[in-house]
Amino acid sequence: MTAGALVTGLLAGIGRPVLAALAGLGRIALYAGQTLLHLLRPPFYLREFLSALLQVGWLSLPVVGLTAIFTGGALALQIYSGGQRFSAEAVVPQIVAIGMVRELGPVLVGLMVAARVTSSIAAEIATMKVTEQIDALVTLSTNPMKYLTVPRVLAGTLTVPLLVGVGDVIGVMGGFLVGTEQLGFNRATYIQNTLDFLEAPDVISSLIKGAVFGFIATLIGCYYGMRSGRGAQGVGGATKTAVATASILILAANFLLTSVMFTS
Amino acid sequence: MIELSGVTKSFGPNHVLRGIDLTLPRGQSMVVIGGSGTGKSVLLKCILGLVRPDAGRITLDGEDVATAEREAFLARFGMLFQGGALFDSLKVWENVAFRLQRGPLKRSREEARAIAVEKLRRVGLKPETADLFPAELSGGMQKRVGLARAIAAEPEIIFFDEPTTGLDPIMSGVINDLIREIVVEMGATAMTITHDMSSVRAIADRVAMLHDGLIRWTGPVAEMDATPDPYVQQFIHGRAEGPIASVR
Repeated sequence: MTAGALVTGLLAGIGRPVLAALAGLGRIALYAGQTLLHLLRPPFYLREFLSALLQVGWLSLPVVGLTAIFTGGALALQIYSGGQRFSAEAVVPQIVAIGMVRELGPVLVGLMVAARVTSSIAAEIATMKVTEQIDALVTLSTNPMKYLTVPRVLAGTLTVPLLVGVGDVIGVMGGFLVGTEQLGFNRATYIQNTLDFLEAPDVISSLIKGAVFGFIATLIGCYYGMRSGRGAQGVGGATKTAVATASILILAANFLLTSVMFTS
Repeated sequence: MIELSGVTKSFGPNHVLRGIDLTLPRGQSMVVIGGSGTGKSVLLKCILGLVRPDAGRITLDGEDVATAEREAFLARFGMLFQGGALFDSLKVWENVAFRLQRGPLKRSREEARAIAVEKLRRVGLKPETADLFPAELSGGMQKRVGLARAIAAEPEIIFFDEPTTGLDPIMSGVINDLIREIVVEMGATAMTITHDMSSVRAIADRVAMLHDGLIRWTGPVAEMDATPDPYVQQFIHGRAEGPIASVR
């Protein structure tokens, strides 16, 4: 094999997956655009929306709460331990607050929603596709995009910010419990420091991230569910790809949003 | 009347439909027979617009289905899917009354439920079934619920995709009789795809045989047994020997 052919082969080996990934992103962007258009046009399925609110929001609360409280507690321990190296133990309340609210709260909630909700949506819709329920919807004059995707995506976009808000509060509480019960901080001082240090933009950025992550998590679940292959393997593949893609997109979106909101 | 002319459909290198010409007169019950994997379901899905043909024309009462207003077009159809395709998250009556709870045919919840219960009774299911979920039903009951859903909005045209697959002979007979009764009672145009010859004899006015992506033979069911077409003869008698390869 000549050197030229080797280089061409290498470039093709890199180019093919990159092109495939870009094409995939393009298809997701088109699907997102269609979802937004359908969001504005009737009919609207209120019952499906309320059901999605329950599934995406309310039923995610336990997992979000548990994730947040342990993360907040661990964060307090880490900051205390790391802060001791340069006599900065006192900043635990402030760093726990800013770390949870700006970064860990939204990202962890986003990832937990991707694990719980994206997988559930992808598996449900993929099973519906495999068992011809999506075709049945069409023959019953019902647009699957409107009936399945729009209610779930709207519910995700509206409820994940609330979950993030709850996660932020519980995470800060986790730090508070560890800080006051284990590390010897005064309760009133801990709360005062937390409140003094947090600013409105911190909270707003957290909620904006939550909305974007909720949109991504639910949209990707629907997208891969609708594109599922045949049989149990198809459903499994759709679910796995949906969770992996949603997680990566959430982390990428987090970087972009942080860059936009906090680097000016 | 439904007319197909020169309809082709391929999935990659697999040429499923190679130029289908078929006419389904209004008020008739046509059964399309053919081996597994010969494209019978794809044919139905092409007519309904669930699968877009690569070429050819499909018309309903002279109007091209590709350009027809989708909602009005689909409102004329009911379909019984092979596996029932019932919505797991909805109760049986909500499945049956799905079309009656949304869109232009929307009724009050009470009225929709009453119609659903009546349609369930029509297919031989008790009112108590209405509040069960599909997962709580046997295969035969799920088929009946699917049938009730297909007829709930009293469509002009009903498609049946393998209505007796997976059922025991007695339940198959019950479903076949129900389909025949309902089609006659409603005066509906029906198209059934099956490879179950007992269904063919119970349901069909006309039969079309699909093989290798083409309609091999079509004619009244009464003429099916007498046709000299070797493909039809092999198929209806279930012979391993003949022009249809047994390994596909």
